[in-house]
Amino acid sequence: MSGMIIKGKTGDWEIVCGLEIHCQIISKSKIFSGASTHYGSDVNQNVSFVDAGMPGMLPVLNEECVRQAVKTGLGLNAKINKYSVFSRKNYFYADLPQGYQITQFEHPIVGEGFVKIELEDGTSKNIGIERLHIEQDAAKSIHDISPTKTFIDLNRSGVGLMEIVTKPDFRAPEEVGAFLRKLRSIVRYLGTCDGNMDEGSMRCDASISVRPAGSSELRERAEVKNVNSVKFAMQAVEFEAKRQVELYENGGEMRQQTCQFDQTTGQTKFLRFKEFSDDYRYFPEPDLPPLVLSDEFVEEIKRGMIELPDAKKERFVKELGLTPYDASVICENKEMAEFFEKAAKGHEAKKVANWLMGDFFAMLNEKHLSLEESPISAENLGNLVELVSKNVINGKTAKDVFAMMAETGEAPEKIVEERGLKQVTDSGAIEKVIDEVIAANADNVAAYRNGKTALMGWFVGQVMKASGGKANPGMVNQLLKQKLG
Amino acid sequence: MTDLTKLTIAEAREGLKKKEFTAVELAEDYIKSMEAKRALNAYVCETPEKALEQAKASQTKINAGQGGDLEGIPLGIKDLFCTRGIATTACAKILQGFVPPYESTVTSKLLAAGANFLGKLNMDEFAMGGSNETSAFGPAVNPWSKDKPLVAGGSSGGSGAAVAAEMCAAATGTDTGGSIRQPAAFCGVTGIKPTYGRCSRYGIIAFASSLDQAGPIAKDVRDCAIMLKTMAGHDAKDATSAKEAVPDFEKVLGGDLRGLRVGLPKEYRADGLEAEVAAYWDKAAAMLKDQGAEVVDIALPHTQYALPTYYIIAPAEASSNLARYDGVRYGNRVDGEHLEDMYVNTRTAGFGAEVKRRIMIGTYVLSAGYYDAYYVKAQKVRRLIRNDFVEAFKQCDAILTPTAPTAAFAIGDENMKNNPINMWLNDMFTVAVSLAGLPALSLPIGLNKNGLPLGMQIIGRAFDEETVFKTAFVLEKQAGFKGVK
Repeated sequence: MSGMIIKGKTGDWEIVCGLEIHCQIISKSKIFSGASTHYGSDVNQNVSFVDAGMPGMLPVLNEECVRQAVKTGLGLNAKINKYSVFSRKNYFYADLPQGYQITQFEHPIVGEGFVKIELEDGTSKNIGIERLHIEQDAAKSIHDISPTKTFIDLNRSGVGLMEIVTKPDFRAPEEVGAFLRKLRSIVRYLGTCDGNMDEGSMRCDASISVRPAGSSELRERAEVKNVNSVKFAMQAVEFEAKRQVELYENGGEMRQQTCQFDQTTGQTKFLRFKEFSDDYRYFPEPDLPPLVLSDEFVEEIKRGMIELPDAKKERFVKELGLTPYDASVICENKEMAEFFEKAAKGHEAKKVANWLMGDFFAMLNEKHLSLEESPISAENLGNLVELVSKNVINGKTAKDVFAMMAETGEAPEKIVEERGLKQVTDSGAIEKVIDEVIAANADNVAAYRNGKTALMGWFVGQVMKASGGKANPGMVNQLLKQKLG
Repeated sequence: MTDLTKLTIAEAREGLKKKEFTAVELAEDYIKSMEAKRALNAYVCETPEKALEQAKASQTKINAGQGGDLEGIPLGIKDLFCTRGIATTACAKILQGFVPPYESTVTSKLLAAGANFLGKLNMDEFAMGGSNETSAFGPAVNPWSKDKPLVAGGSSGGSGAAVAAEMCAAATGTDTGGSIRQPAAFCGVTGIKPTYGRCSRYGIIAFASSLDQAGPIAKDVRDCAIMLKTMAGHDAKDATSAKEAVPDFEKVLGGDLRGLRVGLPKEYRADGLEAEVAAYWDKAAAMLKDQGAEVVDIALPHTQYALPTYYIIAPAEASSNLARYDGVRYGNRVDGEHLEDMYVNTRTAGFGAEVKRRIMIGTYVLSAGYYDAYYVKAQKVRRLIRNDFVEAFKQCDAILTPTAPTAAFAIGDENMKNNPINMWLNDMFTVAVSLAGLPALSLPIGLNKNGLPLGMQIIGRAFDEETVFKTAFVLEKQAGFKGVK
C-alpha cells in the first residue's frame, strides 16, 4: 500500500507526517525527585521541594526511569546511547516551577529505530524512529475554578516522560492509527507506560505537510498539538492534509504553524505561526552530570526483555497455525495474548482463537467486562473447545454451554455432566428417534422419496430437536440418509 | 573573664572540653559582639535565642562527655544557605520573608556536629557581586575601615566582616568566582573554596551551578580545616557532589615543606596588580622557599580568557537558575493584569540592577544565534583553562598567587560604580580556579601602606585540599599576621 492519495483539482497529493509522542513513564517516583507519581491523588499531594522549584533544590535522576527508557528503546528496535546529556529548556509558565524543563536535547538516551505496523490490506510497513529522550513533565494549570485566577496542581510536575519522535514516514491516517496502536501495545507489553491517551499518560503531536504525489520535497508543516486518541489523530491528519491541499490549490502559501485539534468538529484550528515561537535557550543541565550507561546495565535489561507483540504474533502464526490477522488482533494486548496461550495449551489453537475472537469478545463487550473480570477462565475456554473436538458435545450444545459458563463461571465439563448435555453417539438411540420422526411425518417422507431431497435439512432438524440437541449431527445425517433411502 | 570571642575554634574546643567555660558563655559573648557591632551590617538576621538554646543542648552533651567536632561552636551562616525555620533570602528583595521548610546539607552537617547558629550573614544579592553592595540589606562594612567605610568584599562580605570582627567563631561562605577568597582577603581572615563537588550544593540557593561551592571563612588555617572536614562529603541529594573520601584536614597541619614545589604563574603579574601586592607575593614565595619548598615558574597561558569566560558561563547558568523566582509560589509577588504582566512586575521590582544585568547577559549568550559564539566557545575555553592547570601541576604541587589585585576599596567607589567591569576585574585571580573547579585558600599575608590586609591564594590539585592546608599553615606562621585591632 502506497499511502493515501488526495485527489486535488491540480493533481494528486500525498501526505507527509511525523509524530511526537509523550509517554508518561511508569515508575514509583518522579524522574528527578522522590515524590510519588500516583495518578488521581488529591491536588498538590505528590509534591517534593524539587517539584515545586524551591530555592536550592537539586534534581537527582531516578534510575528506574532510565531503565524504563532503555527498555522502551529496545522495544523500538533502537540504538541505546550509552552517553546522553540532560539539558534545560528555558521558558516561563505558571505550571513550570523551575522556569525550565529538564530534558535531553543534543544527546538523547535512545537513537534511531523502527516500529513495524500492519495495515488492513495485509501489508506491513516500518515507521522510522528518530529518537527517544527522557524529560520531566510540567504541572497542570486549572483554569476553570475561578474566572480571574489560574490554579496549579503540582502533582504532575516532574513525572518522567519519554518523548518519542518518529521520522516523517506516515503517508496515510490509517498508518498513524496503526502506529499509535502498535506503540501503545509495545509500551504496555513492556510496562513502561500505561498508554492511556484519554488520561494523558500518552499524548501525541502530529507534524503534517503535503506534497505532489511522488515528489520527494518536504514542504512547510503544521504541528497539531495534543490529539488525544487514535481516532482523533487520524482525523487530524486527514483534515489538516486536505486543508493544506486546498490552500495550495487556491494559490495560497503554507507557513510553518502550530494548530489545535477540535474534538467536537474534527477540525484543526490555527494557533500561531512557528517563526514567532519561543527561543528555549537550551544548554546542558549543570546540576546533572552526563548520563553514562554501562554495558552491564544495558545487557541486564536486554536479558530481561519479554516477547513483544511482533515476535509473539509470528510465533502464533508459525507454531499455532493462526492466521496473521487473528494473531495480530490477539497480540495487540499482552493480557489477551497470555489468556489465549493459556486457553490454547493442549488444545486446537485455531479453534480456541475462533472462540476467543467470536463469542468470547462478544460476551465481554456485552457484559462490559475487562479481560480480568471475565467469568470464563482461560482453562475453561480451552476445555470447552476440547469437549467439541472430542465429540463429547456438538457445536450447537457448545454455544449453550458457553452461555452457561458466562453466567455461572462453572467448568464446561461440570455443566455438560450435570445437565446431561453429552452428545448421543449411540446409533440405536438415534435410530429410535429417527424412526419416530419418520412415522410421524409420512407425507414429508413421501415427498422426499419423490425427489424433494431438500427436505433432508428439515428431517435433521426434527431429529435434533427430538434428541434435545444432543444427537451427533453427523450420525443423524448418515442414518437419516440410510433410512429415507 | 577574657572575651571568648578572641578564641579560635581550636582554642574554644579545648576550653569547652576542659570546662574552662561553657558553650552558653561562649555563645553569649558572641551574641554580645554581634549586637555591639551591628553598624558593620554583617548579619541580616540574628537568631540569638536559637543560638542559646543550641548552646544549652551542646553543654549538656559536653557535660556527658559527648558531642560532635563543632560542639558548642557559634557560627554565622551566609544567607545563601537554606536554614529550616529561619528566613533565607539570598539578600534579595524577591525572596523577602522566605522561610525554608528544609535545611541545606552543609548546615545540616554543621548542626549535626554540634555547631550553634548565631544568624544569617549579609552577602551580595544572589551572590552576584564583589563588594556586598548589591545586597538588598545594604553593604556589610569592612571592620578594617579607617576614616571612610570600606567594602568587606563579596559576595560573602557578611561572612568576612563577621569573622574579622569576632561576631562569630567562623562562618560559612560560598564561592562561585572568588566569593569566599576575596572577602577573606579584604577582611584579613582565612577562607577556602574547596574542590568543586567537595561540599553538597543541596539547599544552597543556586547562582551558577557548575561553579558554586560552599566553604568556610575562619580566623585561621586550622579553623578552616576543622570547618571543612564537617562541611564536606558526598551527598546523594546533589548529583554533582563527589564520592571522594573526606580526609581529616587538620592532621596535615604542621609538617615542613621539603619536597613541595610551589608554582608562580607569570600571567598573574598582570596590569592592575598593585606594586605592594606584587611585593607581598614575592615575599610569600620567599617564605615558602625558606621553609623548604622549591619555587618554580609556571605558565597558565589562557589566564587572560578566564574573566570573559566566567562572565559568560556564570550569567548563563544564573539566568536559568533565577527563572524560578517568578512570584508564583513563594517570595514577593507584584500582581499584573495577566501572567506575563505579573512576571514582569515581580521581577522588575524584585531583582536589583546587578542581578538584572547578569540575567540579561545570560539570556543573551544562550539565545539562538549567539549560543555557539558565546556559550559553546566559553565552554571550550573553560576546558583549555582547566588543561592549563593540569599541565602546571605536572611541575608543581601548589600554586601561589595574590587573591585580589588590590586591598578593600571604599563603599560606593565611583570607579566601580561607573563601570561594572572594574568590579569584575577584582576577580581576575580567582575566577580561573573556579572555572577549573580546583581548591584554593586565601590567607592574610600583611598590611598595605594604608593598614589594610592583603591576601595570598594557594591553589591545589583537585581534591588535594591537604596540600593547600599544609602550605597555607606554614605561610600563615611565617607571615605572623595579626587580626584587626
